[in-house]
Amino acid sequence: MPDLGKYSVEVLSAYGLTVLLLLAISTLTWVRSRKIRRDLEQAEARLKDG
Amino acid sequence: MSLWEYANPKKFMQTSERLLPYVAVLTAVCLLVGISWGFFFTPDDFRMGSSVKIIYIHVPSAMMAINAWVMMLVTSLIWLVRRHHVSALAAKAAAPVGVTMTLIALVTGAIWGEPMWGTYWAWDPRLTSFLILFLFYLGYMALWQAIDNPDTAADLTSVLCLVGSVFALLSRYAVNFWNQGLHQGASLSLDKEEHVSDVFFFPLLICLAGFVLLFVLLVLIRARTEIRLRRLQAIEMRERMG
Repeated sequence: MPDLGKYSVEVLSAYGLTVLLLLAISTLTWVRSRKIRRDLEQAEARLKDG
Repeated sequence: MSLWEYANPKKFMQTSERLLPYVAVLTAVCLLVGISWGFFFTPDDFRMGSSVKIIYIHVPSAMMAINAWVMMLVTSLIWLVRRHHVSALAAKAAAPVGVTMTLIALVTGAIWGEPMWGTYWAWDPRLTSFLILFLFYLGYMALWQAIDNPDTAADLTSVLCLVGSVFALLSRYAVNFWNQGLHQGASLSLDKEEHVSDVFFFPLLICLAGFVLLFVLLVLIRARTEIRLRRLQAIEMRERMG
């Protein structure tokens, strides 16, 4: 860990919030993608079965 | 082969499926290398101290906030002129990623601003235009949600995107033509007086590549989801009609 001196709170909070926001948008994107994919597969299976 | 072939949803899905693993790996490598290099292995700035490390997240996110809107502008124009559904859905897919980038830029800018300028916020031209851009992103996403007919939603959000482009451009160039405010000029300027030192520049370049790739990755996944959702809605509609 580098010595961040008197700006450690600013630097760490900026990085922490950025990681949090990037993880949030990535997770939301991934979860929604999986859900819609699964729903579409089920709907296409229903369509095939008539 | 024409570029317009990718406006075919099937072709887009096939091509993006092949691209996604490569984009994902490149994104992870660039973000890991760039941020680790910037955070752990760069020196403090003689004026800004260790707070200069915020540059590796603030500048890439700010650039992507504007570039995401520019991408939405291009795809919205394609929708308005050529009526390709994939382009409208790509614009829709980009907005949540763009708003996240804008929020990161605003928050990290405020955190960095306090020790450097003595305030978290000032009604500076660049900061203000960025805040308005953030509000435009929220309005754009709300408009997509508010309208049931997808073509009408695509039309109206495209027009909103055209209007919001003024603020995207202002966010980028405000500091050049308003000689007031706290925010500095471009960090990646070719002007030697404004250009950041090489010791900060190279890790910053890798972080920029990482943020661009992350944007591409997330937009590809989200656009694929929107295309699937459109198909799902069509099937459900057919089921309801009997």
